[in-house]
Amino acid sequence: MIEVSHLTKRYAAHTAVEDLSFTVPDVGVYGLLGPNGAGKTTTMNIMTGCLAATSGTVSIGGYDIFEDEYEAKRRLGYLPELPPLYLDSTPREYLDFVARAKGLAGEELRRDITRVLHETNTLDVADRLMRNLSKGYRQRIGIAQALLASPEAVILDEPTVGLDPRQIIEIRELIAELGERRAVILSSHILSEVQAVCGTVLIISRGRLVACDTPEALERLLTGGTAIEIRAEATVEQAGAILEQVPEIERAELKQQDNGTVRGQLTVKDDNAAREIFFAFAGAGVALTELHEARANLEEVFLELTAYDKPAAGKGGDAQ
Amino acid sequence: MKAVYIREVRSYFTGLTGAVFAAFLLLFAGIFTMIYNLSAGYANFEYAMGNMPFVFLVIVPILTMRTFAAEKRAHTDNLLYSLPVSMTKVVMGKYFALLTVFVLPVLVICLYPLVLSFFGEVYLPAAYGSIVAFLFLGAALLAAGMFISSLTESQAVAAGVCFAVLLVNFFLADLAENLAAFSLFERYYDFMDGVFDLGTIVFYATVAGVFCFLTVQSMEKRRWA
Repeated sequence: MIEVSHLTKRYAAHTAVEDLSFTVPDVGVYGLLGPNGAGKTTTMNIMTGCLAATSGTVSIGGYDIFEDEYEAKRRLGYLPELPPLYLDSTPREYLDFVARAKGLAGEELRRDITRVLHETNTLDVADRLMRNLSKGYRQRIGIAQALLASPEAVILDEPTVGLDPRQIIEIRELIAELGERRAVILSSHILSEVQAVCGTVLIISRGRLVACDTPEALERLLTGGTAIEIRAEATVEQAGAILEQVPEIERAELKQQDNGTVRGQLTVKDDNAAREIFFAFAGAGVALTELHEARANLEEVFLELTAYDKPAAGKGGDAQ
Repeated sequence: MKAVYIREVRSYFTGLTGAVFAAFLLLFAGIFTMIYNLSAGYANFEYAMGNMPFVFLVIVPILTMRTFAAEKRAHTDNLLYSLPVSMTKVVMGKYFALLTVFVLPVLVICLYPLVLSFFGEVYLPAAYGSIVAFLFLGAALLAAGMFISSLTESQAVAAGVCFAVLLVNFFLADLAENLAAFSLFERYYDFMDGVFDLGTIVFYATVAGVFCFLTVQSMEKRRWA
């Protein structure tokens, strides 16, 4: 659906995006993850034709965003970082404008407006001036606008910013639902969000793509194999002796606990190791009270992959 | 283009801008009609129209300042760029909306010579000739104001610069005599003598076209920042 190839955006002083390439299939939710200032917004602005790239191309459904502007944009719905609302109009008037601009008319136009108002749960404020609406409502009208005319690709820049927890869950459900029928790309610096809704995660750091995989695969990537955590009623020496009999274990870190148990963090070669560990302890007659596979969470992956970034001072570092 | 046009016209009339603009224009048209035609007793409506152009110094900046500057401030320019509507159509939609807001009160002014003709001998071709010239002069100035608005993010700066530019143009003939030909205002006064100069009308239309084109370019250029 979306093909980004060798995208580079250079400003006089710095490079916002460098040689970024990725492909998004027709369906699924893609998460663009990165610290503030990593180039997420710049990338999305280029993908939607709001900004010209220094080099590289973006094509939407086979149409180049610059060469076949009209055809490409017809297939797009875009929510920029700040919801682009005309505050002196009501949501209904505003959506009417966007729907007309997207080529809808008549009965179809009215139906589509009602549909997106319903999907974003904003029907009750549809006739109030947007100037008087809260941030959460404005954000949701911004999302509603992107969904008009059922675009094949929906691009959302930080869609849940400014929403309360319940609204965040609603919007995530909506995004997941959208992802079943079309391509959705969302950007975020909130890891749990990406983990919750995205089938694939693209991690961007300083304008470069540093990783692209499913959240689970990324977690495995960091641990370099599977990690297993155990707790046993034994001393460090006892447990160490038992574990030595299990060849699958590459590394074991054991620590004595106050209550006479030992806690261990093991790095193992294959998934079968847990079974072997269990039988080893059982054979020695030592009680194993805990045994589970541990995974690094996405947060650790994120920190490791973007490790060279100095923490951005406050929000708003995204290159514009 | 229609979508942009509808939105703009609606926004002019839900806010006060459209109404204030019309009221201001009609107030001055009324004052000058009163002075020249009613009090002084001239049957020439073009004399009243001859004093109107200075009104543009105030109303053009006010009407055009928000066209594009406000879009940038409200971040709605990103929406315009991402919609399947070319920048030319966006600019033309906005420009025609400006013209609509301008033409409505002028239509009311069109009634004045007719009313006057009930009370005396009014030479209508000259009267309407001056109104047509007024329309084209306004159209040219509105395009210029729109272009200035596309250069900045601040409505205040847009209005200020626009006012300054119009003021210089207004006094251009006095400032530098050999540049008088470039003064849009100076050319307008021919119409007061009952001369309908088609060349000037073409000149105004050309100026309007050039500034619309420049506005498109200025908006397109922003994508290449």
